[in-house]
Amino acid sequence: MFSKILIANRGEIALRVVEACREMEIATVAVHSTADRESLHVLHADENVCIGPPMLKDSYLDISSLIAATEITGADAVHPGYGLLAENPHFAEIVEDCGLGWIGPRPETIRLMGDKAKARETARAAGAPVLPGSEGPLESPGAARDTANEVGFPVILKATAGGGGRGMRVVSTADDLEIQYLSAQSEASAAFGDDTLYLEKYLPAPRHVEVQVLGDRVGSLIHLGERECSIQRRHQKLLEESPAIGLTAELRGRLTSSALAVATAVGYENAGTVEFLLDGDDYYFLEMNTRIQVEHPVTEIVTAVDLVKEQIRIASGELLGPLQSREPRGHAIECRINAEHPRTFAPSPGRLTTFQVPGGPGVRIDTHAYAGYLFPPFYDSLLAKVIAFGADRPEAVDRMRRALDLFVIEGVETTLPLHRAILRDPEFLAGRLSTAFLERFLKNH
Amino acid sequence: MKELLELVASRNLGGVEVRGPDFKYRVKGRKVVPAPAPAAFPAFEAAAAALPAESEEESDPEPEGYILTSSIVGTFYIAPSPDADPYVQAGDRVEKGQVLCIVEAMKLMNEIESDVAGIVLEVLPQNAQPVEFGEPLFSIKTD
Repeated sequence: MFSKILIANRGEIALRVVEACREMEIATVAVHSTADRESLHVLHADENVCIGPPMLKDSYLDISSLIAATEITGADAVHPGYGLLAENPHFAEIVEDCGLGWIGPRPETIRLMGDKAKARETARAAGAPVLPGSEGPLESPGAARDTANEVGFPVILKATAGGGGRGMRVVSTADDLEIQYLSAQSEASAAFGDDTLYLEKYLPAPRHVEVQVLGDRVGSLIHLGERECSIQRRHQKLLEESPAIGLTAELRGRLTSSALAVATAVGYENAGTVEFLLDGDDYYFLEMNTRIQVEHPVTEIVTAVDLVKEQIRIASGELLGPLQSREPRGHAIECRINAEHPRTFAPSPGRLTTFQVPGGPGVRIDTHAYAGYLFPPFYDSLLAKVIAFGADRPEAVDRMRRALDLFVIEGVETTLPLHRAILRDPEFLAGRLSTAFLERFLKNH
Repeated sequence: MKELLELVASRNLGGVEVRGPDFKYRVKGRKVVPAPAPAAFPAFEAAAAALPAESEEESDPEPEGYILTSSIVGTFYIAPSPDADPYVQAGDRVEKGQVLCIVEAMKLMNEIESDVAGIVLEVLPQNAQPVEFGEPLFSIKTD
């Protein structure tokens, strides 16, 4: 087992890793920019190293600073969290080349699934349903046009180096295609340094359902049920739950089997998520995320598995052993509370003058913030994750409403009012969810 | 080699020297003074400025003079090698651009140059001490 883990991340996930390490009695090193000196995970970690000024590229994305920090502290493993360098295969390789444990899947898996067109082909070859679309990357706007005509409009152009909802363009008619193709290329080049695109049929209002998988070094792979993540704004998830509502046992069985087939095809190790779009009883592979995800708590609660501890165990060579594939028991919902104006979503950094965190039965709060904390303006706006759970969805909803009502945050604007309203929305309560939900909701409120 | 060049450029270093059993590379960089960042959140910064100052903890007296801080994470060495004389010591006159110490990381010896001309008042870290970004390295009485 590792003796000291360096957490190459910040914010709430860094604290989450510190928590897991505390339970396992593994020493922790928090790296931080000058803007994050007072972050809770820095205060609680055993050691901390300032690695640069606030900007990400000079601190959390600076691989040489991160490796230097492992050297001066004697850390023997790195947990990359989510975002930042978590899915950077180059960083994973360097960590391993330096003789450190990488707490995540193998670098070649990260590289393969990070190419979204290759990931799609891998899923197809593994027998998972994929959306009609291009086989591999597009050679030219002409090729895009041919594929789009075969598949039928509307289509969506996506960056192969993208993912997470970035670098995408919906194209409704053939006339728009060339312009959107060039525009998507330009954005992809700027954002990812790679302008390669692929194409899929566009579903206007699918559900986004993903399956959590966990694999060890000797090829054991299990699933830990699915999560519904359809409530999104500009492809950023705002609210997630497990299980997904209204899935028949048969559909759940097919979904989880497809997820395991994709994971098996790449010999997946450690924690990962296979994302699908659901359209009625049909589902299609979207992409695979080779990291722990923001919404992992809802799975942890309904399957009683500590995913971060499992990540650490697996990375240190332990086997899955007695853990079996699990389907969710009970129901959990997570609301991502951002430091943003609840209507305009304008970022709202500042000092938290009040931060009263709710507790009580069936409530879990994951946050790196506290009263007096100066929420910095340089990073993403996730302030806290409120997770509520119960024996069934109605109980989870009641508890979430109570938790959101009793969560008092002053000093910054937050999206608490938005979530309070969603938790009273009839469509939400009826479980009529799709990726079109939030747009409709915002229009009506 | 490319990584060395990128390291020098990205870290705004004066130079880098890499030694192996039978080779030595030296890369000289050109330090660029970054322009001050535009205030992205003027309201936030005004609010932060209006907050009462944090109270000082009991600690060693603040070093005087200009404080040269580390721009990288690594191990501080006051001399180019274990048997060599230190680059500088307290009382020495230094010029802008003069190499004052090494901060070593990933087997790369990063030479740290002085930003200012003056007299070294104090060498702050111990030799072979790990240093972080922003760690004070030297106090210098500027001309």
